[in-house]
Amino acid sequence: MSSRSLYSSRHPMLKKRDDFEDILEERRSSSDLRYALRCYTPTLYKGLVPCKASMLKTIVLQSDHLQHVIKQVSSESGESSECVTEEASHILDEMAHRLQLSTIRFFVFTLSKAFKRLFRSVCVNEEGIQRLQQAVQEHPVVLLPSHRSYMDFLMMSYILYMYDLPLPVIASGMDFMSMKFIGEMLRMSGAFFIRRSFGGDKLYWAVFSEYVKTMLRNGYAPIEFFLEGTRSRTCKSLTPKTGLLNIVMEPFFRGEVFDVNLVPVSISYERILEESLYARELLGVPKPKESTSGLLKARRVLSEDYGSMHVYFGHPVSVRSLAEGKVNRCQHNLLPRHIPQKPSTENLEFLTDAAFRLVRTQEENMVLKPWVLIATLLLQNPDGLDLSTLAKQTDWLRHLALALGAFLDWPDHESCARVISCSLALHRNLLSVSDEHVQLNVADSTQVETTPEEAVFQRAVVVLSCASYRNEILHVFVRPALVAVALQRSAENSHRKDDVYNCFNFLRNMFSSEFILCPGDSVQDFEEACYLLAKRGALQVSEHEIVMSASGQSTLTFLCSVLEPFVQGYQVVCRYLCENVLEKLLEKDFIPAVRNFALKLILAGRLKCYEVLSSDLQKNALAALLRLKAVRKVKVGDQTTLKVNKIAVNSLEDMLGGKIPTQKPILARL
Amino acid sequence: MASSSNSSAQNRLRIIAGHLESRAGVAAQECKAEVPGSSPSRLTPVPKRRQEIMKWNGWGYSDSRFLFNKKGQAEFTGKRYRLSGLILPSLKDWFEGTFGASLQHKSPAAPTLSSSAVPPPNMNEPFMEDLKAAGIAVSRDTEDRVFRAHGHCLHEIFALREGRIGRVPDAVVWPSCHSDVEKIVELACKRDVCLIPYGGGTSVSSALECPREETRSIVSLDTSQMNRILWVDEKNLTAHVEAGIIGQDLERQLNERGYCTGHEPDSMEFSSLGGWVATRASGMKKNIYGNIEDLVVHIKMVTPRGVIEKSCLGPRMSTGPDVHHFILGSEGTLGVVTEVTMKIRPIPEYQKYGSVVFPNFQQGVACLREVARQRCAPASIRLMDNDQFQFGHALKPQVSSMFTSFVDGLKKFYITKFKGFDPHHLCVATLLFEGDRGKVLQHEKQVYDIAAKFGGLAAGEDNGQRGYMLTFVIAYLRDLGMDYYVMGESFETSVPWDRVLDLCRNVKERIVRECKERGVQFPPLSTCRVTQTYDAGACVYFYFAFNYRGLSDPVHVYEQVEHAAREEILANGGSLSHHHGVGKLRKEWMKESVSGVGLGMLKSVKEYVDPQNIFGNRNLL
Repeated sequence: MSSRSLYSSRHPMLKKRDDFEDILEERRSSSDLRYALRCYTPTLYKGLVPCKASMLKTIVLQSDHLQHVIKQVSSESGESSECVTEEASHILDEMAHRLQLSTIRFFVFTLSKAFKRLFRSVCVNEEGIQRLQQAVQEHPVVLLPSHRSYMDFLMMSYILYMYDLPLPVIASGMDFMSMKFIGEMLRMSGAFFIRRSFGGDKLYWAVFSEYVKTMLRNGYAPIEFFLEGTRSRTCKSLTPKTGLLNIVMEPFFRGEVFDVNLVPVSISYERILEESLYARELLGVPKPKESTSGLLKARRVLSEDYGSMHVYFGHPVSVRSLAEGKVNRCQHNLLPRHIPQKPSTENLEFLTDAAFRLVRTQEENMVLKPWVLIATLLLQNPDGLDLSTLAKQTDWLRHLALALGAFLDWPDHESCARVISCSLALHRNLLSVSDEHVQLNVADSTQVETTPEEAVFQRAVVVLSCASYRNEILHVFVRPALVAVALQRSAENSHRKDDVYNCFNFLRNMFSSEFILCPGDSVQDFEEACYLLAKRGALQVSEHEIVMSASGQSTLTFLCSVLEPFVQGYQVVCRYLCENVLEKLLEKDFIPAVRNFALKLILAGRLKCYEVLSSDLQKNALAALLRLKAVRKVKVGDQTTLKVNKIAVNSLEDMLGGKIPTQKPILARL
Repeated sequence: MASSSNSSAQNRLRIIAGHLESRAGVAAQECKAEVPGSSPSRLTPVPKRRQEIMKWNGWGYSDSRFLFNKKGQAEFTGKRYRLSGLILPSLKDWFEGTFGASLQHKSPAAPTLSSSAVPPPNMNEPFMEDLKAAGIAVSRDTEDRVFRAHGHCLHEIFALREGRIGRVPDAVVWPSCHSDVEKIVELACKRDVCLIPYGGGTSVSSALECPREETRSIVSLDTSQMNRILWVDEKNLTAHVEAGIIGQDLERQLNERGYCTGHEPDSMEFSSLGGWVATRASGMKKNIYGNIEDLVVHIKMVTPRGVIEKSCLGPRMSTGPDVHHFILGSEGTLGVVTEVTMKIRPIPEYQKYGSVVFPNFQQGVACLREVARQRCAPASIRLMDNDQFQFGHALKPQVSSMFTSFVDGLKKFYITKFKGFDPHHLCVATLLFEGDRGKVLQHEKQVYDIAAKFGGLAAGEDNGQRGYMLTFVIAYLRDLGMDYYVMGESFETSVPWDRVLDLCRNVKERIVRECKERGVQFPPLSTCRVTQTYDAGACVYFYFAFNYRGLSDPVHVYEQVEHAAREEILANGGSLSHHHGVGKLRKEWMKESVSGVGLGMLKSVKEYVDPQNIFGNRNLL
């Protein structure tokens, strides 16, 4: 509880957030070239052990840890240890960054040009920068930005250069490596490359973890990586991965450093460069392989307006205070520290908890633009809205969002109508406006020669693009929305708080892959959501009862409809599994099959919700069913098949739809 | 400074001996038990009324103390030590600069003990009468009782200086031989009296504090009058000694016969043989002579169950778990150690100090590790960090000649400018070699050669000797600090080699951070040295001190910081204690240190040996 207050205040309303500065403003009035060549003297870590990138390799290869693993691997495989060392050296060459200031200067020059064309402004909270400057000197720093776009890490390095902060080394996926030139450029600007999967490869893991730890321990540079592991295609935060987090925390657990500062960074875009690319990917149009020529084609993007961008550097989180009372560092006393040890259950729990909280902090510090509210409303009204209605509803929603703690960047001194028309202009590719009536851009289906399927997909691209903006604000609504749905489901039967909570808890479990819901925080989330809704006047909460108040109707209805696409989506997945799967289903066939099923429903007019087509939703639904043990994975040879417990899936579907109450006995039967 | 067998410690002992000669009037009570071949010592070095020569509310002898004279210069009074009577010109600047203290802000101690502050004794009269009948010396005097109610933890001394007195023993008893102790213990069992053994009184683990919850009469059993060397066996090189003897007397008397024990803990001026056994003490020269557990051949202890001892003087036995190890480190919870047979060695022919400057602490530790790996550690080898090096420098006495200061200047120039050592990172190892002349010189060369591989430069004998002096005067310096709103303490641990650096850095940083968080205005002094090397690890000693001006409850702050520092030590793989012991101060960590079963074993021994909890100081368990 104590550490929680470090970076998540209990009542979001009370949160004080920093002001922003536009860093492009100065760039527009002075020479980019001179700027790129200016004297760069970063503040350094006080315990810095100076060493060159080339020396890092030697240090890593000679480390006790790696030597130990090399011996182990060599004795297990029978290869000579020279061979294994050679292999380790190759891995390291493939992985290592070659950070060079000259490359950074090149990037600074070109990016200054590019950013000025792409963005109206890039806003950074300078207080956050000052905190970071302080933190960088005291302890090794780990930067944890959110990941919505390829832009993210270029932007991070750009900003750090700008503020004379040490340039980070960035853990990146191997996919960039196939772009020969760009890959090398990124390498020289501090990226190091990790294979996407190396599950059982002891040697790879040892080289990788030792490489990261060495840089951390020596204070070589801030380590930057993405907790979410990959870019979120939906703009919802992804369930965090703990592997790298464990690596950067271990030096603290083992006493090798006094502390490590984790700095969550929230990067938000008014308009995302990869917008429609993501939507297509979610719909199963395969992602084009990263290639240099592909990137060049993407030059087209340079001519468009992407609005403004916000980067919020959160408060540094000390691993030491985070772990206090939760991790017993003495556990490492009885084993030489260079021998790799799997994290204990206690540590794993701590890691998961910490990772979730860090992502929550990213979410909370994410700046939301007015468009996010508009997108939410447009999705809920597929037939469109009159501009005046839209203005009214947006204003209403704005107040609701603020009451629930949203970090909304709403321009001061401007009328609501003006704000809306600006937003609409920026996102005109997703909209059609005629006669004061706004609608998602869906009317094109009348165009020539499109099959009904193609029409559905075209429409779905628009819907999913738009949904990704709505998703940005979901973290604000999701907890109260779960309460609202739970209340709606149990309304017919009971107002008892226990029943509402049970239903809330069921839904929360169901959607825990979909949204960032900290494991074990169920009660707290419930209480907090009830508190916020009661404060808003939507609920009356007494000791044993929860009753909707007369004025709360609109709020609760709105919140329910926020979750509606997900509820429907999960139901469709359940229905597919119950109705269409005979014996078993190959795992790799799952997504295309569900997509087809949903497509047919849409074409038949039985389903209006296009979001069901999103592979992200389908994957998350499957993850939920696996977690609730309604579906099992069975490995046969190389293939993984899914075994469906139809009774269980069926009853989950019913519970989702509120057809049967979510009571414990039923859950227990699953 | 190379001189045959003339260590500064021995110099000091001679002076102390001279001083005490005149006090021989306080006669030891003749012991009734006749010991064949014993030669009772000529004098009683520690008087029963210790307060007559020692401070009642601070460290050491009353005549020796640091003060800032009228000119604002620091000086050390008295005649006992090498530093005595000397001016220390740089101490003031160091003191003010390090702590942000000022000579304008004094925090003087209460000058005398007010008897009204002392609770009246809770006498067990039948016990007292029994003692009288047995002819054993007893006192109910307030000063005697207060003197034995504390060790030298900061909170204990701080309370005394403020005139606050907690629970004190209700009486003091002075046995003069083993059989007196047997009688006292027997009577205590009969009359249900709590006994707390008291040796030199130098405990820094709250071991001597009277438990507040104790309702019985508490009697302090002062062993100081059991101070004879009963025999010396030159064929086997052993000596049989009464356990109340204090270190300096034991060493001096053996020296007169051409021998030494070589056991020289920093507290040896005051601490007693029995105390060493009861706390598992460690001496500075353990590399040659071993720690106390290596030095004892035979121990006799009186417990409520009777006397425990082994039946022969064999050098090693396989007779089940070594019963000596129930006694070593028992911290007065099981009984009173009365007599010990110890190994002795001929006084070494030649002794030489030395020092090595390293560019930084890491290099220094690497060198010590290499020395330990090659098992060529000199009698003593210690590595001070940069802060402690500067601390040591602040204790340089006024230089007498232009030439000396010129040479000092040259040395400094050579090291910092020519060799490029950063004065804020360099650190110093101090060395003490002992043995026959040829071997010492050879040994010296070996060690300096190793040091050179780690960038070490020989830095002279003087630096070495001053390093050792620091450990003897540090406790006096603490009293000076407390006159000016500065409080401090030392603590120690032992840790595997590979964790030494990490532990030192983390603990020092933890102290700084905790002080800051608790409102200490000026950054504290937080410094360490590696004081002992072993095959598998090292002993690390920390000093921390801070300016407590402006804090409403400084002792509480200090205790929280010390507690945090100990947690940090344990989290970094350090031990609960290397030689200070557990006492009551570190009791809370005993279970996690030795496991529940381990603690249970110790408890069951206590249960068997002392079911009535006569030895009720409540240490350790």
